[in-house]
Amino acid sequence: MVVHIPRNWRIRQQRYRLVGERCERCGNALFPPRDTCPHCAESAQTSYMLSGRGQVYSYSVMYDGPQGYEAYLPYTVALIKLEEGPMVTAQLTDVHPDEVHIGMPVEMVTRKLTEEGPEGQIVYGYKFRPRLRAN
Amino acid sequence: MRDVAIIGIGQTPVGEHWDRSLRHLAHDAVRAALHDAGVERPDALYVGNMLSGELVGQEHLGALIADFVGLRGVEAVKIEAACGSGAAALRMGYIAVAGGIHDVVVVAGVEKMTDSPSEVITSALAMAADQEYEAGQGISFVALNAMLMRRYMHEFRVPHDAFAGFAVNAHHNAVGNPNAMFPRPITVEAYQQAAMIADPINLLDSSPVCDGAAAVVLAPADSEVARRARQAHGIARIIGSAIATDSVAIHDRRDPLFLEAAFLSCQKAYAQAQVTPADIDLFELHDAFSIMAALSLEAAGFARRGEGVRLAMNGDITLEGRIPISTMGGLKARGHPVGATGVYQIVEIVQQLTGRAGPNQLPSARLGMAQNIGGSGATVITHILEAAD
Ligand SMILES: [Zn+2]
Repeated sequence: MVVHIPRNWRIRQQRYRLVGERCERCGNALFPPRDTCPHCAESAQTSYMLSGRGQVYSYSVMYDGPQGYEAYLPYTVALIKLEEGPMVTAQLTDVHPDEVHIGMPVEMVTRKLTEEGPEGQIVYGYKFRPRLRAN
Repeated sequence: MRDVAIIGIGQTPVGEHWDRSLRHLAHDAVRAALHDAGVERPDALYVGNMLSGELVGQEHLGALIADFVGLRGVEAVKIEAACGSGAAALRMGYIAVAGGIHDVVVVAGVEKMTDSPSEVITSALAMAADQEYEAGQGISFVALNAMLMRRYMHEFRVPHDAFAGFAVNAHHNAVGNPNAMFPRPITVEAYQQAAMIADPINLLDSSPVCDGAAAVVLAPADSEVARRARQAHGIARIIGSAIATDSVAIHDRRDPLFLEAAFLSCQKAYAQAQVTPADIDLFELHDAFSIMAALSLEAAGFARRGEGVRLAMNGDITLEGRIPISTMGGLKARGHPVGATGVYQIVEIVQQLTGRAGPNQLPSARLGMAQNIGGSGATVITHILEAAD
């Protein structure tokens, strides 16, 4: 099993706080951060934290999973259109698959993603749950 | 730039080859293609492969396969572009021959998947996606396609049943292909009842895990070796060849339901070949999932947005239809040994254009188009072939 401690450390600001970037030229919010704006190719390195609020653009219930995720099957994954514009790919949590629908308002929470073996690290990251209140 | 022809083809059956290793599969396809072309020693070997490192523990395929097929010494290198690796290798071979760098090149695609357990294969295939922001969330490659399918059904008000025609057509055509993995017809009822993998993608929306290898030999169309091959069994000219790219992650796309890289690579290939979609007689598209077939038909200009699925419902995609697709079974039923698929598509178009497609032979096919997709649409390679008589 490959252990990704440095990688998980590098993207901690993204996984725990949804820190992206903002392009100073065209004003677009970027997530994940990528340092060069995909909309106008300008350098974009101004940190910008997204609100974590968005809507389900699409979703799927997985019955087959990759290594390290077998124990959690079946689980629901989604494309989330964030309020600020970017889309993210994430698992949904705290919701029954039958209740999920396109357009459902959701918010980001921090949850366990996986464990890298019995002696490896426990990986935390963002998941999205149905929005609790209109905040 | 020189006119390039495909002068020889070779392939192994697609399936679970427990008795043949990756290098043996590549050997069988390359030797068959060289024999078909009447060539003993090409100038170079380009190998399309995606997962040999991850699933077989073997990289460095260029040298390994060159040596194993009796070509020790030639220029040889592996080309990787996820599930588009096969056609990407063809593109490199085309550039080498068209540009006058080499006179005879063999291009092989090979993949050995079935030695590994399913969760290992699932993780390996997810390497075609963005590792940090897609796969790292526990998402499989199938689930990424499933989210596209669900959104398509939602935006264009299409029921799941509407996609059945893609699987039914692919399986029907595989019956006439001795190299297909599933040479058995299926019914719409079987499609409706198939087990879910990642809702709404079920088992019959999805191409299988399998092994296989295919190869083609390229040479200048006006060369002596091409002239001999033309007399022996016919050849096909490559009149359009293009690669285009998009974001690897679906969430970074401008519109996830529009395959921009497919559109761009088609436009480049059409312009080079000086043809339009109406001129194309058959289209070997990348039906790894039935949603991909619909999106590919739309991006290539055979249907308007949201109407690609109608071509399957109307029978336009059958051997007798307006634009036959998956004429030898496609990824769905011939099988999808990922890095080999792009070369299988080319082999099958050459079969159709040279009258060697057996019971699936199209009566008057002159122009064939192949489209191989890496990932969920990030690399798209389009080739247009013309029969040379
Ligand atoms: Zn910008």
